[in-house]
Amino acid sequence: MENNLIVTSNPHITDNVSTRKLMGNVVISLVPCIIASAMIFGLRALLLTAVTTAACVGFEYLYCMLMKKPNPVGDLSAVVTGIILAMNFPVTLPLWMGIVGAFISIVLVKQLFGGLGYNFANPALVGRIALFSGFSSAMTNWKFPAAAVDQLSSATPLQVADPSALNLMDLFLGVHGGVMGETCALAILIGFVWLVATKTISPAIPVTYLATVAVMSLLCGQNVMVQLLSGGLLFGAVFMATDYVTSPFTLKGKIVFGIGLGIITSAIRFWGNMAEGVSFAILLMNLWVPYINDLTHQVPLGYKKPEKKKEAAK
Amino acid sequence: MFKKLKRSAEGAGVPHVKGTAGMATVVMPAPSKVTLPMSQHIGAPAQPVVKKGDTVYVGTLVGKAGGFVSANIYASVSGTVLSADPGAVVIESDGNQTPDPAIQPPVVNDRDSLLKAVQACGLVGLGGAGFPTHVKLTAKNIEFLVINGAECEPYLTPDTREFLECSDTIISGIAAVMKYCEIKNCVIGIEANKPDCIAKMTELVKEMPGVTVKTLPSRYPQGAEKNLVENCTGREVPQFGPTGAPGLPADAGCVVMNVTSVSTLGKFLKTGMPLVSKRVTVDGDAIAKPQNVEVAIGTSLQDIVDFCGGIKEGVTLGKVISGGPMMGRAMTDLSSPLIKQNNGLLLFSREKAAIPAPSACIRCGRCINGCPMGLAPVQISEAYTARDYDQLDKLNIGLCVACGTCSFVCPAKRPVTQNMALAKAFYMGELRRKQAEAKAKAEEAAKKAEEGGNK
Repeated sequence: MENNLIVTSNPHITDNVSTRKLMGNVVISLVPCIIASAMIFGLRALLLTAVTTAACVGFEYLYCMLMKKPNPVGDLSAVVTGIILAMNFPVTLPLWMGIVGAFISIVLVKQLFGGLGYNFANPALVGRIALFSGFSSAMTNWKFPAAAVDQLSSATPLQVADPSALNLMDLFLGVHGGVMGETCALAILIGFVWLVATKTISPAIPVTYLATVAVMSLLCGQNVMVQLLSGGLLFGAVFMATDYVTSPFTLKGKIVFGIGLGIITSAIRFWGNMAEGVSFAILLMNLWVPYINDLTHQVPLGYKKPEKKKEAAK
Repeated sequence: MFKKLKRSAEGAGVPHVKGTAGMATVVMPAPSKVTLPMSQHIGAPAQPVVKKGDTVYVGTLVGKAGGFVSANIYASVSGTVLSADPGAVVIESDGNQTPDPAIQPPVVNDRDSLLKAVQACGLVGLGGAGFPTHVKLTAKNIEFLVINGAECEPYLTPDTREFLECSDTIISGIAAVMKYCEIKNCVIGIEANKPDCIAKMTELVKEMPGVTVKTLPSRYPQGAEKNLVENCTGREVPQFGPTGAPGLPADAGCVVMNVTSVSTLGKFLKTGMPLVSKRVTVDGDAIAKPQNVEVAIGTSLQDIVDFCGGIKEGVTLGKVISGGPMMGRAMTDLSSPLIKQNNGLLLFSREKAAIPAPSACIRCGRCINGCPMGLAPVQISEAYTARDYDQLDKLNIGLCVACGTCSFVCPAKRPVTQNMALAKAFYMGELRRKQAEAKAKAEEAAKKAEEGGNK
């Protein structure tokens, strides 16, 4: 019978959540950070963000065109990568370096491994680490906000000799040296609330990550608030550790992931020779995700441990 | 919190779209012809007991149960048998709907006579599964009778109407099952989106010892059997029963009956008229007059659509779904007959039926958080792609109930449920093959041992 009816497997309706909407939510959640960076570091922040994001989208489009793959730009994932990458740059970074970072993130880390969903590590994160290794002076060429007080205008807060002298309010509002997106805790928290409220991310990773760092700081006699509010910790915890592709699936897995991140970050900060440990902590934990996923399955309804099952079979 | 650590089982926040909930059931006049398939249930097909030219009445036996796990089929119209073969019996209606004169209420005074009555009613699980009811009720030592009134599928409202229109037979059905099967407790599970049903049932069960009404969250799939048992009694149906076969509610001391099933039993005990008609929700954006219709079993879907005003003018029919939009089956045309366990007929326009194109999995884990059984659809899909039997076994694919939650919540619009079904079919096939191989090996070894002994 000719009737052109559509016949598919169930279900016949789908939720209105789409990849594009989720990525759009992440972009919206980054807007406070972008605004804060422009207010703290000047309008060049906007230019650098725009160039880096455009480069990410451009590389994604070009690569897929050359490889004759469908054009994925509409899913907005390259926009997210671009903004997060830019938020990891100091405002003084030459524009061409931003474009190099975009190439590393999109082409080397994301597309060469198969595109969205197949990258083993967070693309923006690897872009940041690569630039730090390649152009370390440009990547640490902090511009200091005019309003910053003395202690905060010398280096990033993590390198200050006497952390107790830091003004916590300045730390919270981000009026100090650092990369564009990481300094303003207020903006990051607004983004975090948006992501959780729209159910884009589960709060499990950021919460366990920050809690672990807080506990480690207490145990090691560090100033807890300074540790939480300075460096890339908040930005990394909210925007980079929660990347779907490179974080575990289940709540159990997310908690393990967050605790691991907290321990590694604290270890690098307190005992390593680098002031900052967030990006390497996330990269290391990214590599563990497949194992964490295998070891943190949910318990299915009615499941009993196999030993008992074998006994029953006998 | 600790429960979430074990298993998220969030389900899906499906739209309810129960526009027909407030509409009283309309009885559709008998069609000119009904087709009664001999297999309308899980188990062996029924055997036709009439032949071409026979005169039948409403309620005359036309198909006798083909075994224990099977169910009787009764004529739903009065008239003449046009054809009778092992596949189906076709009856031309005389339009009079004369009831079979032999029909009288069954005499029930103990468990065995109740089970006989259930069989004589031709009763199967009317919520959609179609499992012969008397088989379930045979289980001994049941502590909880769970009545499934969740009706978690969008659009569908026949159970809502059953609560509102036939509450007396629901109560008498529950009372009979509890009395004769010696079940002390009964929980009636109803989703919170049906406050009028909850209020009515709460009022009616006030005087019944052991019977309670449980308000379930309005979140799909509350009506999935194992989830319903967990939410109503706090018990988990084990993955495997004592014999190693897949676990049943009886293994947790529960028996689950759909509300329309138990009400149908109540009606049968009162009148003796077996299951010959069914209330279905006809809805969707392509049908002219959405409504709840009581239809003679065996009526063609086309006749039902015509009765409901046909397809809306200016709309191109895109999809016909037998059942609800989450678990229903897409039909290839409208020629099929309505069978016992059908509870919905949805007609979607081409626009509504269009399924968005799938894109790459972003590994967000929504399918895992949603799965009511606590499975990992994304990892099962990967294991199926690799045809990895051991991994599928480890991931417990056998527990999948194909509820559709994983596909519904997928932001990349991937056909996850379809992959789950394919994975389960592959797994079950391999499992049977391995079991057959092991059995053959054991037999061979036994034979060899015997031969060795003879020497």
